[in-house]
Amino acid sequence: MKDIHIALRNVSKTFRVGARTVRAVECISVEVANGECLAIVGESGSGKSTLANLVLGVYPPDAGNILMDGAALPPKRSLMHRRMVQLVQQNPLSSLNPKRTVGASIRLALDVHGIGAPGDRKKRIGELLDEVGLPAEYSDRSPAALSGGQRQRVAIARALACESRLVVLDEPTSSLDVIVQARILRLLNDLRKARGLTYVFITHDLAVVRNIADRVMVLKDGARVEIGKTARIFSRPEHSYTRGLIAASPVIAQEEQELRDRLRKEIG
Amino acid sequence: MKRAAAIVLSNPMSLAGVILIALVVSSAVFADLVAPFPSHRGAVVDFANFNQPPSWPNIMGTDLVGRDLFSRILYAYRISLILGIVVLLLAVPAGVVVGLAAGYIGGRTRFILMRTTDVFLSIPPLVLAMSIMGVLEPTLANGMMAVTAMWWPWYSRLVFNITLAEKEEGYVLAAELIGASRIHVMFREILPNCFPAIITKMTLDLGFVILIASSLSFLGLGVQPPTPDLGSMVAQGASYLPDSWWLTVFPGLAILVAVFGFNLLGDALRDVLGGDQ
Repeated sequence: MKDIHIALRNVSKTFRVGARTVRAVECISVEVANGECLAIVGESGSGKSTLANLVLGVYPPDAGNILMDGAALPPKRSLMHRRMVQLVQQNPLSSLNPKRTVGASIRLALDVHGIGAPGDRKKRIGELLDEVGLPAEYSDRSPAALSGGQRQRVAIARALACESRLVVLDEPTSSLDVIVQARILRLLNDLRKARGLTYVFITHDLAVVRNIADRVMVLKDGARVEIGKTARIFSRPEHSYTRGLIAASPVIAQEEQELRDRLRKEIG
Repeated sequence: MKRAAAIVLSNPMSLAGVILIALVVSSAVFADLVAPFPSHRGAVVDFANFNQPPSWPNIMGTDLVGRDLFSRILYAYRISLILGIVVLLLAVPAGVVVGLAAGYIGGRTRFILMRTTDVFLSIPPLVLAMSIMGVLEPTLANGMMAVTAMWWPWYSRLVFNITLAEKEEGYVLAAELIGASRIHVMFREILPNCFPAIITKMTLDLGFVILIASSLSFLGLGVQPPTPDLGSMVAQGASYLPDSWWLTVFPGLAILVAVFGFNLLGDALRDVLGGDQ
């Protein structure tokens, strides 16, 4: 594959819980191309969040390598490495500090990495808010004054502020209602095209996967079950576990899908 | 602000707290204007009028050397409030820094900081303050130091517990992934979320600091005569009970009003700020 943005080579991670050891991620290799969206799906406890944290550098892998643009990332990441990958979390109510304004939360990224002249940062915050479809005046608001969808837009703006090309999306729509979900997914798709971003999309919601992912990796008990193009995974799943996952996703998912399709037409 | 005022005014106990503390604070601030005998704060004697029961113009009676008790209580409030505020201004930042560092950094830092806190917490507060005052000269400054030494661990416990909970919030992870420094995460991200609880506790504690300081001076270990102090006034009057009841009852009531008032105000603030304790 050409143009690999991030690659995991035989990555493993084990946690010690009391006397037991839990193998959260077991010898996983995967490559994500520039501008691609890879969805990682699995039930809770399948290791998908651990995998996300490994990519983000929350903790180093026990074994294996993580390569970014062909260069291995060190176990302890420098400021430069931090800037390369950002996260959008599941719950924006928690991911935005309730005691700081929206602008202050975004500004932190600009300040830490010295992006733009200090005098221009206010303007830059306005531009970032505009990019995620919020008015620049929201900069002075506290997260409590925003709706769930607006909060998630702010969290996305903060992730963009670092100008990283890789964004890990950890269930970014699962705390939102269906209509807002569709809008946020559309925003994420637009941003990906406009900025050439690479996404690692962690989710258990298969309906969402269909809308955004180029490829899907299915995890079970920390190991890779299968990986393939999204359409192929849905139409011809190779593994019985994947078939089970698709079958187990609620019937509502179909209705959601229809609603999303309608909405997509409506938004244009 | 409007909402806060509405919450306070709708609760009679909160309202009582606001009124009591307004009284205490204004008598301390305006003692020079309100006190009928401002000179009686110092070493003045008026043996013609010694040990008089309440009457005009000595509405709370006079003490053993003829000084107006009411005037002395107003000035004693001033000393108590200054002591309480200074103690908290020293103890709170110290406790907050220890609690934040122990909670956020963890590991060996947490072990050392929190076990030190535990050692201080395990010594009965008055005993600790008494032993410090026993070694040092009994002056106002040393009294403040002694009370500060026993007070900071409560704030390090409080902030430690909040930090442990806040550390798990997504905004801390987000700041860390951006690459923010530990100092930024502790003081700019976590600390603002500790403020409601800290402010509530400070208000409650102002009353208790005054009580402890009074206990110290009751034992002769605090502020020394002729400086008026509620604790030493109660102590002096105690041997003249019950005949000269005003010598103990009025200073005692003054302590009660201050402690009770700060407690009610603290509860009111907790309602407003939603500090969780």
